[in-house]
Amino acid sequence: MQLQTQTRPRVISVSVLEDRIDAATAIQFKEKMRDATKDGPALVVLDLARVQFLDSSGLGAIVAVKKLLGPDRALELAGLTPTVEKVFRLTRMDSIFTIHSSLEVAVSHAASA
Amino acid sequence: MLPAPDPEARADDLQMAFMATPATVREGLARMLTMAPLCHLSEDRRATAELVLAEVLNNVVEHAYADQAGPVLVSIGQTPQGLCCTVTDRGKAMPGGTVPEGRCPDPLERALEDLPEGGFGWHLIHSLTAELRYARVDDSNRLQFILS
Repeated sequence: MQLQTQTRPRVISVSVLEDRIDAATAIQFKEKMRDATKDGPALVVLDLARVQFLDSSGLGAIVAVKKLLGPDRALELAGLTPTVEKVFRLTRMDSIFTIHSSLEVAVSHAASA
Repeated sequence: MLPAPDPEARADDLQMAFMATPATVREGLARMLTMAPLCHLSEDRRATAELVLAEVLNNVVEHAYADQAGPVLVSIGQTPQGLCCTVTDRGKAMPGGTVPEGRCPDPLERALEDLPEGGFGWHLIHSLTAELRYARVDDSNRLQFILS
């Protein structure tokens, strides 16, 4: 599970460099996300543009990361591919995340906030 | 021992048997998606099939076999209603002898710390399939559903 992290003044972005977050990699994803976001700005944007497949374990791991960040930090999502978007919609988890069309949009939104 | 071939399977159905672990589920899915009838589906329907089969097979790994590798047989055939999928394993029976309901509570009604991190799998399976049926037959679990 490879993640690419970039820390900016107001936002830390984490891009998933894998095409799947599934039962085989969900725990690893959660651990790497915890390490990647340990310090830094309150806002974390998770860039899922390369992720073509997310199952319920992967979804659970993303929710777990939101909970790990706690009430004073936020996890926003960017670049959901159609299949990934469908999983969020069917489980109604799209209602608890701010979702941006792309990482660039999310970052510029954070910069102008 | 692998589960016996699906007695209702026809010659041109996709049939794949393997020892179920998280890694082999991933490999098995990737292989199945290149085979008929799944490879002939539109991109959207193939993605749905992949998601449903992943959820069903991961349940077999996690619950029926409780993370001990065990044999699973997937058979997929074309019917007038859609693709009929049958997944057979020799693991533990479903609790209560029925398919879990897979309720998905409104996340907006939950506090952050109470958000569910699991239980989405059966909800997705119910949402994306028709005629979902489960039977315990001769020490095997047999789950059957239609992907329309």
